[in-house]
Amino acid sequence: MIEAHLPVLQVVVPLILAPACVLCKDVPAWLMALLGSAWSLLCAALLLAAVLHHGPLDYAIGGWPPPWGIAYRIDTVNAFVLLLVSVIATAVVIYARRSVASEIAAGQHSLFYSAYLLCLTGLLGITATGDAFNLFVFLEISSLSSYALIAMGSDRRALTASFQYLIMGTIGATFILIGVGLSYMMTGTLNMADLAARIPTVSDTTTMRAAFAFLTVGISLKIALLPLHLWLPNAYAYAPSVVTALLAATATKVAVYVLLRFLFTVFGASFSFATMNLDIVLVPLSLAAIAAASLVAIFQSNVKRMLAYSSVAQIGYMTLGISLSNVTGLTATIVHLFNHALMKGALFLALGCVMYRIGSVHITQFAGLGREMPWTMAAFVAGGLSLIGVPLTVGFISKWLLILAALENGWWPVAVLIVAASLLAVVYVWRVVEQAYFKPPPGEATRGEAPLSLLLPTWALVAANVYFGLDTSLTADVAGIAARELLGGGP
Amino acid sequence: MRRSPIVKEMSDLLIPAIVLFGLYVQFHGDFGPGGGFQAGVIVAAGVILYALVYGLPRTQRLLPPNAVRILTSLGLLLYAGVGFATIILGSEYLNYDALHADKIRAQHIGIILIEFGVGTTVAAVMISFFYAFAGRGRS
Repeated sequence: MIEAHLPVLQVVVPLILAPACVLCKDVPAWLMALLGSAWSLLCAALLLAAVLHHGPLDYAIGGWPPPWGIAYRIDTVNAFVLLLVSVIATAVVIYARRSVASEIAAGQHSLFYSAYLLCLTGLLGITATGDAFNLFVFLEISSLSSYALIAMGSDRRALTASFQYLIMGTIGATFILIGVGLSYMMTGTLNMADLAARIPTVSDTTTMRAAFAFLTVGISLKIALLPLHLWLPNAYAYAPSVVTALLAATATKVAVYVLLRFLFTVFGASFSFATMNLDIVLVPLSLAAIAAASLVAIFQSNVKRMLAYSSVAQIGYMTLGISLSNVTGLTATIVHLFNHALMKGALFLALGCVMYRIGSVHITQFAGLGREMPWTMAAFVAGGLSLIGVPLTVGFISKWLLILAALENGWWPVAVLIVAASLLAVVYVWRVVEQAYFKPPPGEATRGEAPLSLLLPTWALVAANVYFGLDTSLTADVAGIAARELLGGGP
Repeated sequence: MRRSPIVKEMSDLLIPAIVLFGLYVQFHGDFGPGGGFQAGVIVAAGVILYALVYGLPRTQRLLPPNAVRILTSLGLLLYAGVGFATIILGSEYLNYDALHADKIRAQHIGIILIEFGVGTTVAAVMISFFYAFAGRGRS
């Protein structure tokens, strides 16, 4: 009986645990966050298995059949993204207990975990829903809770970073709402499958073209595609370590999923790329993001900020894969969603360990850390290698697929740029390695290794980076199925 | 705090009416315009008027910040809880039909409970906003 309810239970269990957290003291609140994340992971694993065996699952909320009611529709694409979000959320929440205790004031932990669960609810809801307006509602749930989470950073600049993100995020969400509203005006429906069926009859109108433009720009803001990325570096740099790891690994990935969903499922690849020629805009912006953000990352002295710019560059790889609009390109994008979440998750958790011991992630503080925190720095190096795209790591798989996709379209200069940008990643990762392993520690060594409860989740993600670099049956194969589903028309 | 007698008398007259009107909007929401969101804001406006006239400390003795925090979460718990109840009763999430044998009664019960959850949370959140701003620099 419970299997039939999995699509909704996955989202509403964290939702009901979030207000329950507020009623609890700090430790039970953490247990609830753990329970909610682990539950969503269990559901996501079962859902993905079910979807791969029996095809898409539908769920009508409140018993109202689609297209009238809100329908959840789980196919390979979103089952894969649900798994990614819940894996990261679970790893991060295990890590969170010690890290949050050191970075957030004692009375606020239950509120923190409540916001954490709401953010998770929002991200899962965006992914699971098959209704364009419901997607906007969940987007707001996840955004509002992430503003609160970012503002809890111990640095006072977290407040301005959060406010900046609030303004940009609200503009993005408003654009998405306008886009959804215009599509509703033309088609009279909000259900994505129904929209996909009706849009072709009205697609040759200014209203529909405007809806497409509003949606693309709004989603790009949430993705932090190059000229719209300005909110991201500060938000990631000043948020609590746990929040940075969660948001970097999941929030932008879910936004990329939303872009995929609208471009390929709702509007259809031929409208998005043949009629609207989105690739003319998306390719240069993606390439600029890859090159410029990688260059800027080299000159950052705050390591969290450096990785934040690196995220902007990595997002460029994902949108590049989308704009290639062939099966290999989409596979590369979907694989990179997962792989980038693993590498940035591992890297930001390693930085959280440094923050826990040292209290700062300024590059000069890393001097001698290779000897003082060997496991933390080894995790950072492993994550860095994956970010660069060294063989045997997940980063290699993503870049390999993306280069194949670029060559498939005959865009060999793009393939060259992808390789060149990897060299830039070598430079910025090396700066940290140089400090950690080749500089003597300042003064007498009193700084020890991070506690096991922080190291274990970090190393679990590092291990995943290597494992999925060797065995791609879960990532690349499932992503391939998902890519064919997206290009094959309906959801 | 010095209070003008006019403001005091008028608000004594208005506050009960405002809260009563809020409750009307709450429970009449399934027949006419209204519902939990609007009702929550109206009830919160009554409380805020009380705080403006009688001061924050007296309001917080009446409605302690902790109680407001608990109400905030209880409202959402009620909403989500109805959803879970319908699943346990063997129907879809938030399918009110499961709540009573008579489908129309069932829809009534469902919407009243849900809207009451919304109203509680909205009123509590509005009041905690006011507490947060009015209490700045005090503690």
